[in-house]
Amino acid sequence: MLKINNLCTNFFTYRGIVKAVDGVSLELKEGEVLGLVGESGCGKSVTLLSILGLVPYPGRTTDGEVCFKGENLLEKSSNEMRHYRGNKISMIFQDPMTTLNPVFHVGEQIRESLRVHKHSRISKRNEKEKVFQLIKDVGLPSPEQIYYQYPYQLSGGMQQRILIAIALSCQPKLILADEPTTALDVTIQAQILDLLRKINKDMGTGIILVTHDLGVVAEFCHKVAVMYAGKIVETGLVDQIIYDPKHPYTEGLLKSIPKIGNKKNKIQSIPGDVPDLATLPKGCAFYPRCSQHMPKCKKNEIPLQKIEKERQVSCLLYKKV
Amino acid sequence: MAELYITKKDSSKIIKYNKGKMCWERIKHFLKELIQCHTAFLGAIIVLSFILIAIFAPFIAPHDPLKASIINRLQPPFWIDGGNINYLLGADEIGRDILSRIIYGSRVSILVGLVTVGISGFIGTLLGSFAGYYRGRFDATLSRFADLLLSFPYLIFAIFLMSIVGPGFFNLIVILCFKSWVNFFRLSRGEMISEKTKEYVEAAQALGVSDLKIIFKEILPNIIHSILVLATLRVGYFIILEASLSFLGLGIQPPTPAWGSMINAGRAYMLSSWWVSTIPGIALLILVLSINLLGEGLRDILDPRLKLE
Amino acid sequence: MKGIKILERILIVIPTMLAIAILVFVLMRMMPGDPVDKMMGESGNVSIEEIQALEKEFHLDLPLFEQLKIFITGIFHGDLGVSFQERKPVWNIIIERLPATIELALGALIFSLIVAIPIGVISAVKQNSLIDRLGMAFAFLGISAPAFWLGIVLIIIFAVNLNILPVYGRSIFAYKPVHITGMYVLDSILSRNWLALKDSLRHLILPSISLGAAQAAVITRILRSSMLEVLRADYVTLARTKGLSEYIVITRHALRNALIPTVTVIGLQIGMLLGGNMIIETIFGWPGLGRLVVTSIFNRDFPVIQGAVMLYALIYVTANLIVDILYTYLNPRTTL
Repeated sequence: MLKINNLCTNFFTYRGIVKAVDGVSLELKEGEVLGLVGESGCGKSVTLLSILGLVPYPGRTTDGEVCFKGENLLEKSSNEMRHYRGNKISMIFQDPMTTLNPVFHVGEQIRESLRVHKHSRISKRNEKEKVFQLIKDVGLPSPEQIYYQYPYQLSGGMQQRILIAIALSCQPKLILADEPTTALDVTIQAQILDLLRKINKDMGTGIILVTHDLGVVAEFCHKVAVMYAGKIVETGLVDQIIYDPKHPYTEGLLKSIPKIGNKKNKIQSIPGDVPDLATLPKGCAFYPRCSQHMPKCKKNEIPLQKIEKERQVSCLLYKKV
Repeated sequence: MAELYITKKDSSKIIKYNKGKMCWERIKHFLKELIQCHTAFLGAIIVLSFILIAIFAPFIAPHDPLKASIINRLQPPFWIDGGNINYLLGADEIGRDILSRIIYGSRVSILVGLVTVGISGFIGTLLGSFAGYYRGRFDATLSRFADLLLSFPYLIFAIFLMSIVGPGFFNLIVILCFKSWVNFFRLSRGEMISEKTKEYVEAAQALGVSDLKIIFKEILPNIIHSILVLATLRVGYFIILEASLSFLGLGIQPPTPAWGSMINAGRAYMLSSWWVSTIPGIALLILVLSINLLGEGLRDILDPRLKLE
Repeated sequence: MKGIKILERILIVIPTMLAIAILVFVLMRMMPGDPVDKMMGESGNVSIEEIQALEKEFHLDLPLFEQLKIFITGIFHGDLGVSFQERKPVWNIIIERLPATIELALGALIFSLIVAIPIGVISAVKQNSLIDRLGMAFAFLGISAPAFWLGIVLIIIFAVNLNILPVYGRSIFAYKPVHITGMYVLDSILSRNWLALKDSLRHLILPSISLGAAQAAVITRILRSSMLEVLRADYVTLARTKGLSEYIVITRHALRNALIPTVTVIGLQIGMLLGGNMIIETIFGWPGLGRLVVTSIFNRDFPVIQGAVMLYALIYVTANLIVDILYTYLNPRTTL
């Protein structure tokens, strides 16, 4: 359903060109859930925005293809893209408090989506009924009251559900979720994930879930792609990635998850810091922090190579199949 | 010679500075930034020029600003038919040279602006800092009083009071200050209230530093930048206010040259000799414009710099 | 709950006004210059009896406290005293002139909004473009040019040299519309007198621009900086992901939020409008309240000054109150 080929999005800042998304390629079939994992600042959110063509100034998508059901979205005009946004492809964001407009009540914000994309054959009363239905679908009680509430009157979990309701309003084929649970408590997190899982099962909606939490990925995703410094370093099925990580970065991420009952005293972290995307060195970007680096890793760019079925790694430790 | 500072900028480290060296470094850095910001630099240059002109007025002005010359009355500026180089910008209704009067008039405007903002800024900031820090009844009464003062349009108030005490430079300053301290009061009070909740203040209190020292040495250096910006912008405002009062005849009295009264005098000759009113206004416009540019530039320079450090 | 808070705020106005009344009264008595002198036209050859008669008529012979009592009780009866100069009740004089001032203030406000809102929004949306820089330059000029000078320059350019707009007054006598509200533009529309409408608009333009230029500049800048902040907000990005057109995103989502701090500033500007009125009215010969106050101050016409100043204060306080109430409706999170 979705095929991204060599997507490149650069930010042209006064300090230099920041390659936020550098040659990212992904694939997603209908009804699949893809987890996009990586540390903060590695380009995950920008990837999602690039799909919708909403990269903010001073950024611009410079290269690549985003094929959604056969059509290259990057070649579409602004007007044509509007037909996709909120309609075929929706997006949910991280912090619902800042993402909902504070001056409109939530019912109005959901209704707006309906109004924009349906071709006004639905009467006003029907729109309201649909909104009530959507509010119920995301698991909120008494929709008649919730409809008139303002965002600040709702809790974080409720706000996020409203965001999901907005995303669902036009029955999209694909939902882009940018860290939807990061700003919420763990218990609410579980509920939101359940909701997303239900949506995926019942409606067959594909989801790209951006997160830095591997636990969430393990529970929920079918496939995983790991990003570092703007590039994909490893992809594979979720079980493969969790139990048999290939790239040293993925290994490091898994090892750094604290486990209860672990005999060791110190949490294992990946040494070093995330690199400055404006001044990336040649060769593998992970080189300075890698425990298994070799001199030849510094020389050239390392492409993503297929090593098994559904598995790709960009590391010189592995040979191409 | 070394001083111990705990400031917002370095709340995680305690840094010993040699006070003298630090000041010089900061001034140099500030000047560098000022030059880089084109508009602010332009503003600063023009303001400086005006100040210099005002100081050296007797040496620069081609004529005595008070000397009337009936033969030359209402002479146009030199680029219009009938004008000559002698009276570069023309002559007013009793033949005084407009250029010289503008040069001397700058003294009035600049002086009024600087002195008013200086005094009211000082008083307002002082009162506001204490009110914001200690709160309580002192703060409540002052704030109420400030609100009351604000519930009057400025000009009416000024006209009113000037009618009571009579015109004159000193009276003008007092009356202008009477209301303007309120802006500084509110700003410093607001900033003081929000700064007081920050951790470096708690840290200083825990160290046993006296309240006065906290206010002046810890918090004030951090809020001074917004106060400076406000001060710069108010100078322009007061220069215009003084001109308005002089325009109505309530400010600086003739024959002392003041731009406002010059504009007023020219009203009667609007139809024939437009330059008498227009040209002093242009001088006023340029001065206030450059002050505002400078103020805006200061805001850009001072604010993000503090955030970055 | 909200209603009670509003009522509270309205009630506080009364003691405020009282305080202002007393303040005004006291300050005026401190002015040098004898009102009786002014009334007599300072001619100098009047008899003692005439002076005493005048003093008695205007209660000037009573002790100050008595005068104050008469004044205050008068207010509650709607009697603001009688003008020294014109011998007419102050209330009538003020009411006669009030519509002119209101019309001018409204004209300036409308002008500033028409200019400021589009420029502010476009400058923010197309930041750093030519329009942005021009807009900001214009804003700077607006706050740097004194209103009275601007008025004079406009007169010189448009009235004297180009001769397309009138110099003085509100209207040519022949075109004066029927008196319904006292505001010529409104009256001409209401009585469908199109000639009068055109005439009164022509007279209104230059004064409105002079008075409104500074407002426009301030509003432009505040609106621009609010819009810049708002356009970076997450909910604007969300609005775009919903597939809304850029126009709707800007006007419905961004502008609504950006207007909130702007409205507060506009409210405070109303006070400035009233204050600046005086000078503009003087220049353009506009028969409004401002001119009345200025001449009354020169003539030591106490009752008129008192009445007018009280009215100004009342308008100012009311304007602030309305802005506060409006604010709570615009920003659902705030309460009074």
